[in-house]
Amino acid sequence: MSNETAGNLSVTAVPLISEVKERQMANEMSESPVFAVKDLSVKYGEFRAVRDVTLDIGEHQITAFIGPSGCGKTTVLRCLNRMNDFIDSAKVEGLVEYHGVDLYNSEVNPNEVRRRIGMVFQKPNPFPKSIFDNVAYGPRLVGGISKSDLNDLVEQSLRRAALWDEVKDRLKASALGLSGGQQQRLCIARCIAVQPDVILMDEPCSALDPIATARIEDLMQEIKKDYTIIIVTHNMQQAARVSDRTAFFTTEVNTESDRRTGVMVEFDLTQKIFSVPSDERTESYVTGRFG
Amino acid sequence: MNGLLAVADLRGDPRRRAHDRRMRRLLGGSALVTIVVSALILFVLARGTLDFLRSVGWDFGILRDSSKAPGWFPRRERFDLLTIFTGSVIMGMIAMLVAVPLGLGTAVYLSEFAPSKVRKVLKPIVEVLAGIPSVIVGYFALKFIAPNIVNPIFSPDQPRNMLVSGLAIGVLVVPIMASISEDALRAVPSSLREASYGIGARKSTTTIRIVLPAAVSGIVAAFIIATSRAIGETMVAAMAGGRDGSGPRTLNPLEPGLTMTAAMTNAAGGTDQVNSGAPFQVLFFVGLLLFMMTMTLNVIGDRFVQRVRQQY
Repeated sequence: MSNETAGNLSVTAVPLISEVKERQMANEMSESPVFAVKDLSVKYGEFRAVRDVTLDIGEHQITAFIGPSGCGKTTVLRCLNRMNDFIDSAKVEGLVEYHGVDLYNSEVNPNEVRRRIGMVFQKPNPFPKSIFDNVAYGPRLVGGISKSDLNDLVEQSLRRAALWDEVKDRLKASALGLSGGQQQRLCIARCIAVQPDVILMDEPCSALDPIATARIEDLMQEIKKDYTIIIVTHNMQQAARVSDRTAFFTTEVNTESDRRTGVMVEFDLTQKIFSVPSDERTESYVTGRFG
Repeated sequence: MNGLLAVADLRGDPRRRAHDRRMRRLLGGSALVTIVVSALILFVLARGTLDFLRSVGWDFGILRDSSKAPGWFPRRERFDLLTIFTGSVIMGMIAMLVAVPLGLGTAVYLSEFAPSKVRKVLKPIVEVLAGIPSVIVGYFALKFIAPNIVNPIFSPDQPRNMLVSGLAIGVLVVPIMASISEDALRAVPSSLREASYGIGARKSTTTIRIVLPAAVSGIVAAFIIATSRAIGETMVAAMAGGRDGSGPRTLNPLEPGLTMTAAMTNAAGGTDQVNSGAPFQVLFFVGLLLFMMTMTLNVIGDRFVQRVRQQY
């Protein structure tokens, strides 16, 4: 897809960058999306955490979910690779289609889903194993990989996660000895090693300092040509910097029960969300008047 | 308020301070009593051991007297330590063969697989089982394990033997094994499980490759503490083990045997009732050995528990 566009660029006269970008976006959205979410609602027991989310997520884009705490953005993210399955009380309603397949179809094996749709968590969570074994964990699950291929795959994954140069001399050392930022990049490498199609990131930088954060953001731009990325973030500057599209979520208070339910307010090009949002709730959030 | 404060203004209520002091002394006192009692036990054991060694000679005279056939008959001054040591080890091993798979299996089920509703019911039951008086397990061994399991399969010569006793001790320590292992498994942060699921690993794979290795030191601690409990178990071994010191150093679990603990109950009030001389004093010697064995195991086990705490 992106290769094709690049090919066009070299043949035709150089168009305005904004034009290219718009055309690219339009192309991507007109094709079948990676995720098509329709009327998604999630309940925890009797409590409705988030309701009526409808959005399409395009290939090789970075989509950001922003919004105040408790607005359901993480809940929605976790619906996309069925991580909510582990919460006994969680009940998902509506449709989540991944390349045209209903993810909640009873024949769908959630492990297969998660192999294609990887996840990077808020707190870096390397296994208490060596750096090598962390990255090799996923490929070893699939099995049938030779030792030399595994070595190559681990190196390649660590290189893609921009961690190789820092750890190549101590692959056998414990992953717990790495710094927070390195641990998070290791988690990204571990995720990449199973060659997923989508990477879900749940506030991946919230436990990191600004320098480590910048490295992760660079990394996201770097790998976006191969993966579709969805990131939940509290940091609006981060959403503005890294994402192509942004979904803004907020909470609605039920006056009877005094409980908050998350809703998606607006989903559009990031540039538009941050400059000319169509909903005033979005505007007051991104300008810092609320949340 | 104007000007400076006097110290008296900040002194507070002297009665409350006195109350605090009294509480501290009371609680400190009870802690002290515990320590003193433990020290006294050790002292009594050590003194008895000393008397015993003086009377039999520092070269362990009677213990190594080759003119006597091996076996444990204190009244005949036959103290073959290996007989009762072997008894303890064999019954302890049989017990752990039962307790490890059952206890660990229970722990993994409770921590990883049981729905929270089931867990809420099951975990307290397991913990209550740990408090069953061992005399009841002893009867269970005689009335159930021997006639229904051991006799039909192995048809041993004696209904009371080391296998029956070992199996029953195993049942007795399952809750300890299960409870401590379960704590260790639950101490593994759920973020590690999520990381594994997030890559597409199944639950069983996650349990085997991530959770169990991460909890290994806690599981080793559970094993050691349960072993210590199995070796220290007295009532079941005395009731169901055959109480027979004549099968010297036998390794056949279908024969009756005598554990160190059961040998002590014999000497203190059972078949070998004696209250003076070497046959009585040997009780302290065996007691001290037992004390040191279980204490060593507990200290090692505690080390492992500490390691789990430090890890996360």
